[in-house]
Amino acid sequence: MAAPTSTVDLSAALITVPVPIGHWLAILPVAHCITLGAVLLMLRGYPRLQAWLAIPGLAALALIDAALLAKVAADGPLTMVMGRWLPPFGIAFTVDLFGALMAFTAALAALAGGIYALADIGESGRRYGFFPLLMLLMAGVTGAFLTGDIFNLYVWFEVLLISSFGLIILGSEREQIDGALKYAVLNLIATTLFLVGVGILYAAFGTLNMADIAAKAGDLRGTAPLMTLASLFLLAFGMKAAAFPVNFWLPAAYHTPRIVVSALFAGLLTKVGIYALIRVMVMLLPVERQELSPVIALAAAATIVVGALGALAENDIRRLFGYVVISGIGNMLAGVALGGLGGISGAVFYALHSMVLMTALYLAAGEIARRGGGFSLSALGGLYRQSGGFTALSLVLFLAACGLPPFSGFWPKVILVKASLDLGAWWLAASILVGGFLTTIAFGRLFLLAYWRPAAIALTPSGPRWRTGLPLAALTALVIGFGILPEQLLALSQSAAAGLADPQAYLHSVFPEGRAP
Amino acid sequence: MEPLLAILVGLFFAAAIYLMLSKFSIRIMLGIAILGNAVNLLLFTGGRLTREVPPIIPAGLDSLPAGTANPLPQALILTAIVISFSFLAFLLVLTYRAYQDLGTDNTSDMRAAEPDDRPLPPSGY
Repeated sequence: MAAPTSTVDLSAALITVPVPIGHWLAILPVAHCITLGAVLLMLRGYPRLQAWLAIPGLAALALIDAALLAKVAADGPLTMVMGRWLPPFGIAFTVDLFGALMAFTAALAALAGGIYALADIGESGRRYGFFPLLMLLMAGVTGAFLTGDIFNLYVWFEVLLISSFGLIILGSEREQIDGALKYAVLNLIATTLFLVGVGILYAAFGTLNMADIAAKAGDLRGTAPLMTLASLFLLAFGMKAAAFPVNFWLPAAYHTPRIVVSALFAGLLTKVGIYALIRVMVMLLPVERQELSPVIALAAAATIVVGALGALAENDIRRLFGYVVISGIGNMLAGVALGGLGGISGAVFYALHSMVLMTALYLAAGEIARRGGGFSLSALGGLYRQSGGFTALSLVLFLAACGLPPFSGFWPKVILVKASLDLGAWWLAASILVGGFLTTIAFGRLFLLAYWRPAAIALTPSGPRWRTGLPLAALTALVIGFGILPEQLLALSQSAAAGLADPQAYLHSVFPEGRAP
Repeated sequence: MEPLLAILVGLFFAAAIYLMLSKFSIRIMLGIAILGNAVNLLLFTGGRLTREVPPIIPAGLDSLPAGTANPLPQALILTAIVISFSFLAFLLVLTYRAYQDLGTDNTSDMRAAEPDDRPLPPSGY
């Protein structure tokens, strides 16, 4: 009796040709972060060496992401699959312009944060693992931006979440434990909700690959509970991003950790939520997004106004900035609600601007506290008298956060207001403008009290330090650059939005010969 | 089989949400533990539910015969279990530490980060 011979043709399910070298770029950022994180973890006992490895490592991450962005911008979406199995069997990393842009900007923000941490995180913080946790956080953030599989997205969410728990607790002060508890519980619930969504999605589609889902959503619309799915994802990612009714964990937690940790959280984590929301709602479930858009628009308007009002009522500048983060999230949500090329490209541009700006704002808050001796608006004063250069730099950041020209916050708001007026959503346009106006008042008062008011106590003249000044100046230069020369970024975010609205290129990159099963 | 498991998942979710609405952090932790299990069961129900038909390709065949169990949800649950277990462990330690440092497990009294008597910003110079 002859042994049964297998006649399965695996070539349809496997990669049979060698992978081009350039495609490895898709997973290189994540592999780099995890490797470096592991090496840094082993160097626990050598805090000095950790910093010497981490900063070049973050710079290398930025370079890899830049190369990836250049490749994706030139050749279109890029897919790398694990274990030679083609999707939907293998887990795919699919990088389109949107993901690559977000990953590159995140790497820049992390590099600035890493350099700032040289001065901000002392020996004990390094012993408790600041740099390894930072690298693992970047692995989670970058992985979330680059993955093409929705369960994989959940895993990267968890990677960044567990690293962020470690970072937020660094120092173990009472405030930090209190803030971390609220942050941890609410974020864990949000991620679990996301997992519920993934479970129902799998039951409905039988696949977890994003390209596969996008291709199949049209056929399943009549039978599968896609509206339930879209609402679940909206709630889960809205919670992650701190959108209006579920935003209260953010101002409760973001002012407690070390300032550089706050900066990285404000710059990166809420934007991962927005990224996932745009990816799922715009690319995978466009019809449901259209139907849900009144709800999203309402949440967006409320987020903008509540954030701006919260900023007006705060005395602690870190909490004030926390509310500014929330207000910015509202603007991005407004873009998601509007949809279309204008809305999505506005949201993408705003997300990129916000990553750089929020990191810079919190770093500036650290610098304000170092120069002025605290975070309380009622005690600060005399910063202008002390240093004109730092005042000018802060003013640039404040104006960019208000959305005033010629800095980076202006352009995405113009796009968003124009998009909402084109659709006749005048109240959304009004809430964006009113939010900008209220934020301007909040920042105007911050500037008046902390910079112009004569100092109550004699401030010791304290000069710039390169470890804090350099990243702050570099991020501010980016903010100015985005504002004065927006054409390039505008074009990039428009083609990113076009790629999301019509994901043919994305699908083609995952299933090259239209081999969708 | 599916309706039974669906009812069980619903009960788990109801219990988890009830516990998480409590203001005592240890009950919230119990709620999170149940929530994790509810989601795992939901993932499990999302795949095919079959009895005693393991996903093994018999000799002489090329693919799984119809009616076998779906191995993918089990792989997903395995990942989810590991993650939710590690998170629960972290959260329990955090809760214990919060109880030690803040002296309470009542979340209404946990006001170290947001004191009740926060000053308003000055209204003038």
